[in-house]
Amino acid sequence: MPDHTAVRPLGLSFDRVSHGYDIGKTVLPVLEDVTLDIQPGEFVALLGPSGCGKSTLLRLAAGLEVPVRGRVSGDGTPITAPGPDRILVFQDATLFPWRTVRGNVEAGPEARGELAAKRARVDEALALVGLETFGEAFPHQLSGGMAQRAAIARALVNDPRLLLLDEPLGKLDSLTRLNLQKDLVRLWQARGFTAILVTHDVEEALLLADRVILFSPRPARIVQEVRVDSPHPRRRDDPALIAMRSALLANLGVLEDV
Amino acid sequence: MTEAIDFRQAGLSAANPFRPWREGIFAALAWGATAVVTWGLPDVIQWGATGLFAILSGLVALVFLALAFLVPLRGWQGGTLTHYGPWFIALGLWLLGWEIVTAKLGWLPKPFFSPPQGLLHVYVTDWDRLLICVAYTARLWGLGFFLGIAVGFVAGVGLGWSKRFAYWGMPLLKLIGPVPASAWIPCAFFIFPSTFHASVFLVALASGIPVAILTASGISQVNRAYYDVARTLGASARWQVRNVAIPAALPNVFVGLFMGLYYSFAVLVVAEMLGAKFGLGWYLQFNTAYSAYANVYAALVVMALICAGLVRALFVVRDRVLGWQKGIL
Ligand SMILES: Nc1ncnc2c1ncn2[C@@H]1O[C@H](COP(=O)(O)OP(=O)(O)OP(=O)(O)O)[C@@H](O)[C@H]1O
Ligand SMILES: [Mg+2]
Repeated sequence: MPDHTAVRPLGLSFDRVSHGYDIGKTVLPVLEDVTLDIQPGEFVALLGPSGCGKSTLLRLAAGLEVPVRGRVSGDGTPITAPGPDRILVFQDATLFPWRTVRGNVEAGPEARGELAAKRARVDEALALVGLETFGEAFPHQLSGGMAQRAAIARALVNDPRLLLLDEPLGKLDSLTRLNLQKDLVRLWQARGFTAILVTHDVEEALLLADRVILFSPRPARIVQEVRVDSPHPRRRDDPALIAMRSALLANLGVLEDV
Repeated sequence: MTEAIDFRQAGLSAANPFRPWREGIFAALAWGATAVVTWGLPDVIQWGATGLFAILSGLVALVFLALAFLVPLRGWQGGTLTHYGPWFIALGLWLLGWEIVTAKLGWLPKPFFSPPQGLLHVYVTDWDRLLICVAYTARLWGLGFFLGIAVGFVAGVGLGWSKRFAYWGMPLLKLIGPVPASAWIPCAFFIFPSTFHASVFLVALASGIPVAILTASGISQVNRAYYDVARTLGASARWQVRNVAIPAALPNVFVGLFMGLYYSFAVLVVAEMLGAKFGLGWYLQFNTAYSAYANVYAALVVMALICAGLVRALFVVRDRVLGWQKGIL
């Protein structure tokens, strides 16, 4: 990917953020006093048990939710509404079923009236995720992993300054997964956006991110932060990574050899 | 191995070079029997076009006989024609039974029932008036239906999308939805400048209300996640309505359209009840009043065929528009 598409990355900060959902009579606490600063261009991975509030954190960063307490801000300005410089790739692909794969990727530029200028980029994005021959297919004709890749293409074509990825590689087979992990790092290096990746895979987090953040069970608090300084491309048998992996897994309450 | 199979197939076709289309032969038999019975047995009561009906069914029988041999020659097996084979047989048998219990035995008496030749007689003698009636009804129905679904769709989108619009509109819609069309007549004829306008209004109402209700419910059921995606992509509310809400609700809209189509046909008779000078609904009432039931049946058949044709056309439109659904349902 040529780097003429490099973007000005967004710095993101969560300042004592607490959030919960109204469930009938009470409020279900989901995030508790989360303070987190993410530098422009940083790649952060979020780990934590299922249901702890990782997706909620991404929704706050995207501006789809406004926190109950505290402040989420991008480059110092509070985030109160969604916008195309902060794109979220949802946990399930949520492609528009009435649009073809190409139509889905075009949705963002089309909605903002930039489609004419971005047609070539749409093809690029499709090729990047390996779906160039599936442009005219409808979402129900895709496998789960292909749908997930289409959703990534739909996000990338908008040149987001902050890319929020909610377990985007969860449904992929291990080979595609490895390839897409490499592509993701390559893209992130080329374009320079800020990235937040939610994953269940400790190894994936360590392979991709500058910083791995571990959350407690709901309500989520930050339990541990690990900085990963090894340069890319990283090797999964790098002893430094293996040591960090053990530490993280211990904190996740999982035995290493499970 | 291959040779053996080839040999067997060759042997088969040598022994039986050619298999006529079996259902075609049976259809020919059924229609032929109708012709023979109609022509050969005396009528209990005299009806119009007995000879013509016999000749026509005889011709149809000959056509099926010819087709029975053409189908294997031309390789039409598995086409639309052979698909409807059983229906052609059933139709012939139906005509045969109908002919016997009315004209030949008189079990179903005049004037309430009419044999097939009675209907044929109506078509032969009154075709010009029927045609005019079809044209008048087409004008009324076309205006009413398309106006109704257009307004119903727009109203449904508004009701489904806007909370405030739904607050006022939904109770009103639920209130007027179940009111039968005939109850609107006094009101409609008072409000509208001409009876034609009033009739268009009745047809529009009958077709518009189900479209409005189903569009509204379709739009309010759209998965919120699609709106979240659209909003993160920077879509305006307008774009979300046009490109998320409406496409997602279209399957429901089509259910409403089918219902509206049926209701609009059911309401035609009422809509043409007062003041109309022509139209199929008017024709039905006029002839009912004179106990000319053969004419009533003849007009009903025409109406049913037109309605079936329109339903068919709507299915084609739906399959085109909702092609993306294939494999989901
Ligand atoms: N719209 C909502 N209304 C009510 N409760 C919600 C809503 N969305 C999420 N929750 C609750 O908030 C909690 C955190 O949800 P969230 O989706 O953020 O978890 P997660 O960490 O992403 O989990 P997973 O790893 O399984 O995806 C869960 O207990 C969930 O039930
Ligand atoms: Mg989640």
